[in-house]
Amino acid sequence: MSNGPDWEQFGKDEWAAQEEARLGEAEAAGRLSFRLRRAWKGVDSRLKMLAALAVASMVPLLVHNSYLLRVAGLTGLYIMLSLGLNVVAGFAGLLDLGYVAFYGLGAYTYALLASPQFHQHWPFWLILPLVILVTALFGRLLGSPSLRLRGDYLAIVTLGFGQIASLLFLNLDRVSLPFLHLDRPLNITGGPNGIINVDDIRILGHTVETVSGYYYLILIFVALVFLVVFHLDRSRIGRAWRAIREDELAAQSMGVDVRRLKLLAFSAGAAIAGTAGVLFAAWQGAVFPSNFDVSILIILYSMVVLGGVGSIWGAVSGALILSVLPELLRSPEVARLIFYGALILAVLGLWRRARMRGLALLGSVGVLGIALKVTLTALRPAWFLQPELKVSVARSTFAPLMKALNWWMLFPRESRGVGNAAFVLALFLLLGVLRLKGTARYVLLVPGLYTLAFVWETRLVEEPSVTRMLIFGALLVLTMNYRPQGLFGERWVQKL
Amino acid sequence: MDMLLKQLPQQLVNGLTLGSVYALIALGYSMVYGILQLLNFAHGEVYMIGAFIGWGVFALLAPGDTLLLPALVMILLMLMAAMLGCGFLGVVIEWFAYRPLREAPRIAPLISALGVSFFLQNAVLLTMSARYRTYRTGLLIPRTWGISIFGATISFTRILVIVVAVLLMLGLHYLVQRTRLGKAMRATAQDREAAAMMGIDVDRVIVATFFIGSALGGAAGVLVGLLFTQVYHFMGFTAGLKGFTAAVCGGIGNIPGAMLGGLFLGMVESIGAGFISPRYKDLIAFCVLILLLLFRPRGLLGVKAQEKV
Repeated sequence: MSNGPDWEQFGKDEWAAQEEARLGEAEAAGRLSFRLRRAWKGVDSRLKMLAALAVASMVPLLVHNSYLLRVAGLTGLYIMLSLGLNVVAGFAGLLDLGYVAFYGLGAYTYALLASPQFHQHWPFWLILPLVILVTALFGRLLGSPSLRLRGDYLAIVTLGFGQIASLLFLNLDRVSLPFLHLDRPLNITGGPNGIINVDDIRILGHTVETVSGYYYLILIFVALVFLVVFHLDRSRIGRAWRAIREDELAAQSMGVDVRRLKLLAFSAGAAIAGTAGVLFAAWQGAVFPSNFDVSILIILYSMVVLGGVGSIWGAVSGALILSVLPELLRSPEVARLIFYGALILAVLGLWRRARMRGLALLGSVGVLGIALKVTLTALRPAWFLQPELKVSVARSTFAPLMKALNWWMLFPRESRGVGNAAFVLALFLLLGVLRLKGTARYVLLVPGLYTLAFVWETRLVEEPSVTRMLIFGALLVLTMNYRPQGLFGERWVQKL
Repeated sequence: MDMLLKQLPQQLVNGLTLGSVYALIALGYSMVYGILQLLNFAHGEVYMIGAFIGWGVFALLAPGDTLLLPALVMILLMLMAAMLGCGFLGVVIEWFAYRPLREAPRIAPLISALGVSFFLQNAVLLTMSARYRTYRTGLLIPRTWGISIFGATISFTRILVIVVAVLLMLGLHYLVQRTRLGKAMRATAQDREAAAMMGIDVDRVIVATFFIGSALGGAAGVLVGLLFTQVYHFMGFTAGLKGFTAAVCGGIGNIPGAMLGGLFLGMVESIGAGFISPRYKDLIAFCVLILLLLFRPRGLLGVKAQEKV
């Protein structure tokens, strides 16, 4: 690496490419994140891949719970999908909001050709190339308007395409053709009921049936996709994509075939999504329109953005973090541990140069909680649950912690209305905190954090699925505003 | 075919109502785009929250089956509350999600907007649950009120929707063409830097634009609530996309274009729903969007702009 040019920096804006060097001289010694990144970059990529593969392939040996293994498999699918999205949105910088449609297209194609729906039972090795071909073709079709449209028009056209696809999945269950006389409407996609009894995958005479079987199959495909994307990134094509992303006009005048490369990005991303769709359909044994709706798109974008747009390891780690984290939120106990842990770490991290102030802040939040608890339970005991009712302490692994929580937090009997009001209040307080500076910010943070914790206990813990979506939405906004390069990505060029 | 032709006047009326609502939503997109060249994805959600604010005021002022105030005052109050609330929401969104990203690459505010939209949707899902909420429009305007022309019945609710929408658009037209703020807005839309050099407080103009655009979106939410009576947390997504389609139809950034585009889309959709199948209503709207962007990306009224390099 030290000798010769650093190929990854080719095609990148010079200011962005030299970010490391600038930071290095000024702050290298001080910043943990910087040292971690440098250490990470120092390790050979092949070694990192092998290590990741080794850890991933041990998962079924260590985890015997089939639910957890399912989560691991889904994580693999998400990694695949975000790697594909990273090609389109990350490498080439094309905001493709119709990406999920290809995932759905792959899944529906497999389901139609390998299920009792039309009594077709094609083998996997035949369908897979077909799906790759079809999705790549559709990706090209979707991409062709991008040659004429600028960023935001492209976003809306692709979103429109995505919506059309999901409307078709939903509505192609009673098709009557104008010229062909059918005795009853044709049912293609099964409408909201989807297509069920989709065949399992058969390769080389083996039928993949078990959860761990599918896990390994997905792992193989993830590894393949990773290798392809990794080499694409370092190839001539990858460098040209970066050049287009940074400055399309400059790239074109340097002789980059913008048209061909943009279409290639679209079809590569689409083909990866289609492959993931095939695996998903076979694994779930059924496909429904709701599997491919907008929320999946937002989840995928959150993953790519969190990891760092344009970074391969970023896409992997973003997908890993954001698909494992929500599963942890399912258990209220672990969710609490993560929430309060993250809160405390965030405060200490933000005030790492003035640790006493950070500790004082946490202390004030604690005192505020106790004061509220004591006064309100004394004044209006009927409004609140008895401490032990809400958080079960007895069987908890973290009994002291839960006990402390019981004594600190208010648990209103009528939690819904109060919790909703507190949610709105917490939003306003925290938005205020973001806008204010100095002492006012510090003072406002105390009620802000307390209200946040209150909302967490009254509403968010009880509805993990909505909480998950809220976190994804907020994550997109916060990452864009405070760390647009995500965890692994390079800083973006500021156009002035 | 004869049957369909008989339905035509009714479909035209439906299209006119729907179109005036789309036009109101489209204005929010178009105004913001005109000034910031930013696609405010969260606008659909602002409209949805407007519908919920209107519902909240209705529920507050009509406990049980009795109205506390005269119907006209209630409708006015609902509109005012939704417009103020949504205007404020729009300003807050601009402040937190877009302002820090004004100089960033184009993809950044788009992703941020996507996040805001998703967050708002789920915030409403959390606080209001997924249950459909009902506007009891029948209490305000008896269903039997209406007139019929050429075989089409126009209910009073539809007339109200059209009248309110037209009044709001006229108001906007006056504001943009005849006031100092409107002049500042037009100047900013033309060239932000030059406007700033001429002493226009660009930030204030942007805030005002977001406020007005979002307030119109909120009003559209209340009107849709009155018309279709049901509101829910996911209603903003499709409506937002259609509002954007309407804005593009008329040439984005162009205010009269947004009005025309809204009417055009409303008509196409209703007539399509009548002649093909109501199931494909949304499909028709999105196909219009894509065909339009492919063949006439500057819209029906838009002029071809030189791309600045």
